[in-house]
Amino acid sequence: MTVPPGLRYTPEHEWVAIDGAVASVGITDHAQRALGDVVFVSLPALGAAVTAGEPCGEVESTKSVSDLYSPVDGEVTEVNEEVNDDPGLVNADPYGAGWLFRVQLTDADGELPPGLLSADGYAELTKDAE
Amino acid sequence: MTDPEVARPRRTPLTAVHERLGATLTDFAGWLMPLRYGSEQAEHRAVRASAGLFDLSHMGEITVTGPDAADALDYALVGNLSALAVGRARYTMICAQDGGVLDDLIVYRLSAEEFLVVANAANTAAVHEALSQRAGRRSASAADRTADYALIALQGPRAAGILAPLTSTELTGVRYYTGQQAEIAGCAVLLARTGYTGEDGFELFTRPEDAERIWAALTEAGADSALIPAGLAARDTLRLEAGMPLYGNELGPDVTPFDAGLGRVVKFDKPGDFVGRAALAERAQAAPRRVLAGLAGQSRRVPRHGYQVLWDGKPCGNVTSGAPSPTLGMPIAMAYLDPDVARLAAGDAAGDRLAVDVRGTAEPAVLVPLPFYSRPA
Repeated sequence: MTVPPGLRYTPEHEWVAIDGAVASVGITDHAQRALGDVVFVSLPALGAAVTAGEPCGEVESTKSVSDLYSPVDGEVTEVNEEVNDDPGLVNADPYGAGWLFRVQLTDADGELPPGLLSADGYAELTKDAE
Repeated sequence: MTDPEVARPRRTPLTAVHERLGATLTDFAGWLMPLRYGSEQAEHRAVRASAGLFDLSHMGEITVTGPDAADALDYALVGNLSALAVGRARYTMICAQDGGVLDDLIVYRLSAEEFLVVANAANTAAVHEALSQRAGRRSASAADRTADYALIALQGPRAAGILAPLTSTELTGVRYYTGQQAEIAGCAVLLARTGYTGEDGFELFTRPEDAERIWAALTEAGADSALIPAGLAARDTLRLEAGMPLYGNELGPDVTPFDAGLGRVVKFDKPGDFVGRAALAERAQAAPRRVLAGLAGQSRRVPRHGYQVLWDGKPCGNVTSGAPSPTLGMPIAMAYLDPDVARLAAGDAAGDRLAVDVRGTAEPAVLVPLPFYSRPA
C-alpha cells in the first residue's frame, strides 16, 4: 500500500495536497483497494461549498458505495472530468490521474482543520488491514 | 483488536494459494475466501470471454446414503430425486413446512443409494440437520462431508478446451448437469458440468490434499487461454447477470419457490408426501404476492440490496441484488415487485414511472426480462 509522505489524510481515507490556498483531494490507495473496481464517482458541483468532515459525493464500486468526505472547508473550483469518463483512474492512479476535486480554502492562511493525519499517522491507522 | 472469543474464519485447502496470489480475502459465511485477486471486473470479463478459476470449497457437501436415500430426499426436498438417473444432477430446494425456502441445492446422484447434496456455506449445518431429521426411520443417513472436499470451478467458454488435456474423460460426453468420477491431473475427482456463472463450465469435487495440485495444473493448462483466478465478487456479478438467485437475497425463509419464479422445481406429482407440500400447493394456486423482476438502472448510481423500488414515487417493492453489470455497462438489479406494478411497468412504454430510491434520490429504472445475459448459443 502506498502512502505518499507529502500529503495529509482523513480517517475516512481521503488524501489532500495543499498548494497555497488550494487543496487537491482524492481517495487513498488503501481505499481504492478496499473498494475494488470503482465504477462511478459522484463529484461535488463546481462552486459548491464543502465543509471538512461532511459528505460531498459518493464513490460506487462493484460491491459497495461509500460517501466521499471533504477534508477541508472551502469552495470547489475544479473537478476531475476524466474520472467521469474513466472511473478506473481512481484504481489505477489514486494519487495522480485519479484525483477528484480541488477546493479554494476558506482559510487563506493555510490553517488546516484539526484531525487531518500525517502520512505516518495514516499508515498507522490502516496497518491492521494490511 | 482481535477478540479471542471470535472464531477465526475457516481456511479452505486453497487459502494458501490465494494468499500467494495476493488475493483480497474476506470472511464469507465463516470461511476465509478470495473476494478478488486484482480487478473483479477483469475477472468477470475473463469468465465471459475465456475462463476463470474459482475456489468454492466453502460450499457444503452432504452425502445421503442408504437403501432409502432416494425416498428420504423425495420427502425432504421439493424435487423428485428418486427419478434422477445415476450420474445426473438437479437444481432443487429444501423448504420448511410453511413453504419458505431453507436453501437452494444441487443434488448429484452418485449411485442408486448415494446422493451428494451441495448446499450454501451459510446453510450447510441447517441443511444437514434437516436432512438427518427428515430421514426419520428410513434406512438412509446424512453426513456433512464438507471437510472431505475441495471444490474448484472452471467456468467460461474455454473451460472444456483447458480441461481436455488433463483428463482421459471425453468431455463432450459430460453433459450439462451431470457428474461422474474422473481423473484430472492424475487425481480422482467428481467431475460435474455445473456452475453459477451463466457460462459453460465444470465443477471439480476433489480430495483436499489434491486441491493445490489440480489448481496448479489448471492454471498451467489455461495459461494460453487467458484463464485467470476469479473471486467471489466476480461470481456475484456473473450470477446476477445470468439471473440466478442467491440465498439471502432472492431466496430465504420468507420466500417460496413460486415467489422467486422457480415454482417449476416443486414436483407435486412425485410419489408420497414432502415437507411443505400443503403450503406450496396453496401457493401454486394463489395469485402471486410479489414477482421477481429485472431492473436496468437509467443513471450511473447503482440500486443495491434492500433499496426500495418506487412506482409514481410510491414504494412497490425491494431490490434483492444489484450491481454495475460489467457485460452491459449499466446498473442491473433483481427486485421483488408488487404484481400489479410489474404488469403496469411492463407496458409502460415511456418508462418514466419506475424508479429506485438510491439513498434518498429516485433514480429512474426500467423493467427488463431476466436473465440480463444469456451466453451465445
